[in-house]
Amino acid sequence: MNLAAFIATKLGKALGVLLGVVVINFFLIRLAPGDPAQVLAGESGAGDAQYVENLRRQFGLDQPLPTQLALYLKGAVQLDLGYSYRNHVPVLDLILERLPATLLLMAAAFVLSISLGVALGALAARTRYRNRHRWLDSVVMSSAMLLYATPLFWLSLLSIIVFSVLLGWFPAFGMETVTAGHTGWARVADIGAHLVLPAGSLAAFFMAVYARLTRASMLEVMGMDFVRTARAKGVTAGRVLRVHVLRNALMPVVTFAGVQLGQLAGGAILTETVFGWPGIGRLMFDALMQRDYQLLLGVFLVTSAMVVGFNFVADLVYRLLGAGAASAGTRGTS
Amino acid sequence: MNAIDTFRDCTPRRRMRPWFAAAALSALLAGPAALAQTRGGTLGLIASPEPPSMVLAMNSLVAAQYMGSKVFQGLLTYDGSMKPRPELAKSWKVSPDGLTYTFELQEGVKWHDGKPFTAADAEFSIGKMLPAVHVRTRVVLNNYMASVKATGPLTLEIRLKSPFAPFISMFEAGTMPMMPKHLYDGTDYATNPVNQKPVGTGPFVFKEWKRGAYARLDRNPDYWKKGLPYLDGIVFYVIPDTASRAVAFEKGEVHMLKGGDLEVSDMRRLQKMPGVDYTTKGWELFSPQYHVQLNHRKPPFDNVKVRQAIQHALDRDFIVNTIFEGLNRPATGPFTATTLFHDKAIPQYPFDLNKARALIRESGVDVGKTPVKLMTVTLGGNYDRLFEYIKQMMEQVGFKVTLEAADAGTWASKVSNWDFDLTTNLPYQFGDPALGVQRLYITRNITKGSPFGNNQGYSNPKADALWDQAGVELDPAKRARLYSELQTILAMDVANNWLFDSDMPTLSRSTVRNAVTSAHSLTDSLDTVYFQK
Repeated sequence: MNLAAFIATKLGKALGVLLGVVVINFFLIRLAPGDPAQVLAGESGAGDAQYVENLRRQFGLDQPLPTQLALYLKGAVQLDLGYSYRNHVPVLDLILERLPATLLLMAAAFVLSISLGVALGALAARTRYRNRHRWLDSVVMSSAMLLYATPLFWLSLLSIIVFSVLLGWFPAFGMETVTAGHTGWARVADIGAHLVLPAGSLAAFFMAVYARLTRASMLEVMGMDFVRTARAKGVTAGRVLRVHVLRNALMPVVTFAGVQLGQLAGGAILTETVFGWPGIGRLMFDALMQRDYQLLLGVFLVTSAMVVGFNFVADLVYRLLGAGAASAGTRGTS
Repeated sequence: MNAIDTFRDCTPRRRMRPWFAAAALSALLAGPAALAQTRGGTLGLIASPEPPSMVLAMNSLVAAQYMGSKVFQGLLTYDGSMKPRPELAKSWKVSPDGLTYTFELQEGVKWHDGKPFTAADAEFSIGKMLPAVHVRTRVVLNNYMASVKATGPLTLEIRLKSPFAPFISMFEAGTMPMMPKHLYDGTDYATNPVNQKPVGTGPFVFKEWKRGAYARLDRNPDYWKKGLPYLDGIVFYVIPDTASRAVAFEKGEVHMLKGGDLEVSDMRRLQKMPGVDYTTKGWELFSPQYHVQLNHRKPPFDNVKVRQAIQHALDRDFIVNTIFEGLNRPATGPFTATTLFHDKAIPQYPFDLNKARALIRESGVDVGKTPVKLMTVTLGGNYDRLFEYIKQMMEQVGFKVTLEAADAGTWASKVSNWDFDLTTNLPYQFGDPALGVQRLYITRNITKGSPFGNNQGYSNPKADALWDQAGVELDPAKRARLYSELQTILAMDVANNWLFDSDMPTLSRSTVRNAVTSAHSLTDSLDTVYFQK
């Protein structure tokens, strides 16, 4: 299959998935008892039946369900995701306001986990390959095991207590210092400082996974014939590790990275909650609790579009990397 | 977040107790130091939960009022004994027949966009906007108000159809906020873009709201009270996790916390820190009461002896002292101790399991035959333990109880539709029984659609007659007698199984002064708050 056909097929499937997401979720979220009008009245500690009925009419909830769905789809096609009557704000505005924070946290956690994870995994594998400093392998792997097993919320709270309360190195919550009025690079540095703890905690788990994956995968490749051949031909150990082993060992890492991106796109509700990070995960959680149907559907639509997008990219990378690895392998064995 | 999450934020009122006089005295004695208010500083508060909007006309969530009352104001405010004080109205008169209310408005008040605030705005707010959209006020205005008219540029006259004594307690910002006519009249209120940049008359001006992160209000340089406010601004931080809020307070980034912001244990810990003040005052206007609500329509709860037995089986002192670590006060009846006309001398149900079992035997109901579900909405760890306790105690006297956890939406929907065996509820009493208590017990409020009506289905014609009589009675002594009789009837019938009057503590850094000065510190404008240097 050539690249153009590959892309066209993938895009077609992606659109189908999105439509499915909207339609299924539209009915699914209505299965939960209660509606936005009741929640709003409930929270106010007051509200008579007529008031709730008025709200319902205003929210358009008095329309038959198929009509509501048709209206929603018609709007969604024109990028109009509706109005959050609860927040008095158009849904798209609410989502776009929160998306940058999620993307930033996600990108930071992703880069941190994959770079450190692969580096540590490769380091561990290297000590086995050269049969020197084997203790390093044990240290890396047991630390990874510890991070892998630690609950995220506990790690997050602990990092706040240690690095924020006791040491005072990093801020404990939020995305920037509101009252400081930073601009330009000062603001970037401020946001960076706020990013360290949430991104670090979020990255910890995946870092551990990447380290283990990379190490295991490298050890497997090391035992293959083409590696032995390369060594026999006199290729230096460093080059064999980098070009022959690591590159071929990255396939499972890329596969898993696609999965991680998908998970991150939905927001990291726990991390956002503990660190007061204004991302889309909290927005989704709150919308669910408040039965803000339009907002919830909007978040589902946008995040699933992102997941589909990331998977598409991962497929593409996989394809390219696969071709590259194959040729490297060929070179190695020839 | 969760429906009653918001009411976790609550306390009682002590009517003109010695503290009030003591506070005034100590202010006098402290002399010049106490008077040295300094300008400047930004106050850090917590938005918990983050409200959807701060436009008070359309949202009266506790959290919305906490934010919006710095931007919007009412005609009056109330001191710790619920006595009205001037705000946007500088004086007011109530005619002897209780039908005509006349307000003289302050001069020189400007909306944040520079337009003058006049009686036309008040007429629009009270006559048009609030009757359409305010969750509580609309009912009272639609039922009792005959007309509202701007009789001059700064005079307003409200006429009622029939006397309604608690009407004078309804003019603070949370209940009757003044809204700008020039921005709202003739628009669709809900979708009006001005909702995102609210315009009020208050001491603080809306600056920005980054949802999920913070909302920021700046000092209003043209505030109509000369020289106020003292603060440069207020930031409401959105920190969803209670443990992280405690950290923010410890680090000094947040200066003031209210009860619902924290778990009780964290609050007790922070309370002991040096340089921290603690009070449960300032919530008299809201006075919420936490009760178990039994569905009176279904066996076994349709039998009054069974309801009495449950009341004997629950140890309210234990609940307060042990489960809630000393927070809240045991309820002695259907009116909280801080609600007007509260009477302590009514039948009581002291903790006594043998008495409870005897009552169940007398009732002839086999309570174990009908397993019941306790629908719970958690408001934190202490509440989870309370639910376990209720289950245990009821099982000790023969009931079969299972706990059924619900989220806010589910709870509101099921209670609204009478679809429950038993649950808990925490409605406000709003200081006056006619405003906050009557709605829970009067027969005509047995309607579906809202979780804050008579959802248990209690009906007693004698009580109904007394409610109607007391609501229109203007003589406080006669009202008190009628309400005493009512409290006795409700107690005999166990119209709800009340557990405690909910306390709403405020925790603040000692450098923050004047934080709690009224019966509704929640909806205070905070225009006199300052940092002591």
